[in-house]
Amino acid sequence: MQIRPYGDTLDDGAVQLSFTLPMSNSEKSREAAKRFVLKHGFKRCEITSAEALADNFTMFVVYAWTKLGIDSSEVKDVVSAAPEIMNFDEVNLFIKEHVKRPIVIVGACTGSDAHTVGIDAIMNMKGYNHHFGLERYPMVRAYNLGAQVENQHLIEYAIKVKADAILVSQIVNQKDMHLENMKEFISFVKDKKVRKQFLLIAGGPHLNHKMAKEAGFDAGFGRGSYAEHVATFVARKLAGKSK
Amino acid sequence: MNKLNLSKQKTKQARKLAGAITRPVQAYIDTHTTISVERTVLRVLGANGMNKEGVPVPNLAVNCLEGKLAKGAARYWVNALLHYDGNLQKLNRAVAKGKDISALEMVSDVKLNKVVRPLLGTFNKQITANVKTRNMMLRRYRKKDDSPLLYLIVATGNIYEDVKQAEAAAHQGADIVAVIRTTAQSLLDYVPCGATIHGFGGTYATQENFRIMREALDKVAHKEKRYIRLVNYASGLCMPEIAAMGALERLDMMLNDSMYGVLFRDINMYRTFVDQHFSRMLTAFADITINTGEDNYLTTADAYQNAHTVLASQFINEGFAGNAGLAPRLMGLGHAFEIDPSLKNSVLYEIAQAQMVREIFPEAPIKYMPPTKFMTGDIFRGYVLNSMFNLVSGMTSQSIHLLGMLTEGILNPFMQDRYLAVKNAQYIMNATADLGREIQFAKHGIIAKRADEVLNKTLTFLERVNKLGLFKSISKGLFADVKRSPKGGKGYAGVLRKDSDYWNPVEDFLQKKLKLK
Repeated sequence: MQIRPYGDTLDDGAVQLSFTLPMSNSEKSREAAKRFVLKHGFKRCEITSAEALADNFTMFVVYAWTKLGIDSSEVKDVVSAAPEIMNFDEVNLFIKEHVKRPIVIVGACTGSDAHTVGIDAIMNMKGYNHHFGLERYPMVRAYNLGAQVENQHLIEYAIKVKADAILVSQIVNQKDMHLENMKEFISFVKDKKVRKQFLLIAGGPHLNHKMAKEAGFDAGFGRGSYAEHVATFVARKLAGKSK
Repeated sequence: MNKLNLSKQKTKQARKLAGAITRPVQAYIDTHTTISVERTVLRVLGANGMNKEGVPVPNLAVNCLEGKLAKGAARYWVNALLHYDGNLQKLNRAVAKGKDISALEMVSDVKLNKVVRPLLGTFNKQITANVKTRNMMLRRYRKKDDSPLLYLIVATGNIYEDVKQAEAAAHQGADIVAVIRTTAQSLLDYVPCGATIHGFGGTYATQENFRIMREALDKVAHKEKRYIRLVNYASGLCMPEIAAMGALERLDMMLNDSMYGVLFRDINMYRTFVDQHFSRMLTAFADITINTGEDNYLTTADAYQNAHTVLASQFINEGFAGNAGLAPRLMGLGHAFEIDPSLKNSVLYEIAQAQMVREIFPEAPIKYMPPTKFMTGDIFRGYVLNSMFNLVSGMTSQSIHLLGMLTEGILNPFMQDRYLAVKNAQYIMNATADLGREIQFAKHGIIAKRADEVLNKTLTFLERVNKLGLFKSISKGLFADVKRSPKGGKGYAGVLRKDSDYWNPVEDFLQKKLKLK
């Protein structure tokens, strides 16, 4: 079935847009903004605001209406690393019963990326948004190495503590540097011939399961993921019961 | 609560003046009726349905009473019922087919009184049951805090589409859902029948549409564990009829102003004053909160300069509402956040106004309207304005909070705009939940001085209105800069002086219930 954006009524195809053009605020720039929007395939549009940001920059708010739709049934290749999530207590119980020992997880934000926010959200005791981090899990031994960690170092550390899983966090996506860094990580793992020893997991706001798999990881977690998503995936994999 | 140090003497004086202003108007109201009041009476007494052309039975019945209406339509309706063995269905059908109920042989008044009693009993039972259900659900799903009730509007023109949007609004966190009426319904001298799917800028107010939305919102209430109040408009030429429909279908609030129709819809002033009284007796009996329309003054006139006209109108609305038996807890007096945002300290003046209204009407569920006049197409700036409005509303304990839309003045709000509005208000009102209790205002500071100034101006203004009389004041354009002549406007032909043997058992019933006599 074809679906379209819903503004105030079904199938109206209404979209809210905002952008800046490097032009002064004038009739001409408003017309340019309009043509720019229509070039994207919108049937009609309305510029509701044009504000000069500087002599040669104008910010626009535009409403536009599209006839384009998407057949939702054709969206098939979306996969999730852990479709059915266990909560904090369920994961711990599951590990106790099926893995029968604490599992070891090592994580870091690697490469030049200096953002600990992602790895901390997953690993820190406090967690994020009322979801405890892996350090809080009695059945998980978690090592958070922080940010700007060399890929090499993370792998060596994982070998040292006999980790079950390695988490690689990537926040910055400028010029696709997150993908480059992930590729580098995988090639180091392969060089060391330890690929099979670990579950490799990538996470970050610009990642998803599919992208991580394509880069050679076992799983990927995007925006909106919490510790229990990661823990569920690792626990099920280790118990040989991937769901 | 008296943080602004407002003079008790002055507010007392203002109420006294409002009493003096409404008294002569009330004397007029008491001796007059209108065709819409008479149609309302018939609705309460079971008139229902329409003819093949879509003309409602109450209109058909009243139309054939030309020249006799001053005796009360109830007399002829109840008399006719006797001719149809007391069978309302048969009578409704006959009227729909063109039966003239004025030409039937009349029975004695004693007999009429006897026949009308069970009809009033049915109405009484229906409304009492509605009040009971509402109170039960309100108790069951009590709100956790005392922050303002969040009010959202839907307006697609199609009642079934409205239901979808209302469900989404409730899910997002609305406490109140209003269905905007289609453009110019207020000028129709009849209320359409049945479910409707076409409207312009809104959806027809019909009894069936009320029922459909009520049912949907009750379902949502159980799911969300929050009672969702339903709002519609008891205004325009059919004000009392719609109030009766709202009472029957358990609406929780109705927009109902004593002067709005006169000023902004050019409805005749005599007609409006008589109609508002009857409709308010109905809402009082049905425990429906009215929402008055003072916010509209500020959309035509400058909000800073004319703040006192809002307060004056609130006193007048309060006076009329009291005359109709409405308790203060049902008087949703209105005002708005409309001061030019470029004015230095504009938010301080907004705080002064909101706090002042709160203190002067401590029991009233004050209804606070969002910025509209200074909403440009820049939705980001609009969102910030709405945030300031949310802040002022929470900290001054307004009761009914109409959420501002970032698309205000541009488009019909998108579904996502309502969501963003709710999230904005929830964040601000939670993050500053006790701010109002923490704050004291500087004794001679900007806020206290501004409130005193507005109150003073209100007194002067009310004195002027009192001297001129309300009818003349309106004709001179004292309210909202709009001039209306007493006999001008729509609907004056539908106003009648009651005959000495005028009979209105519904009015008698309501007056008794509301202890007005």
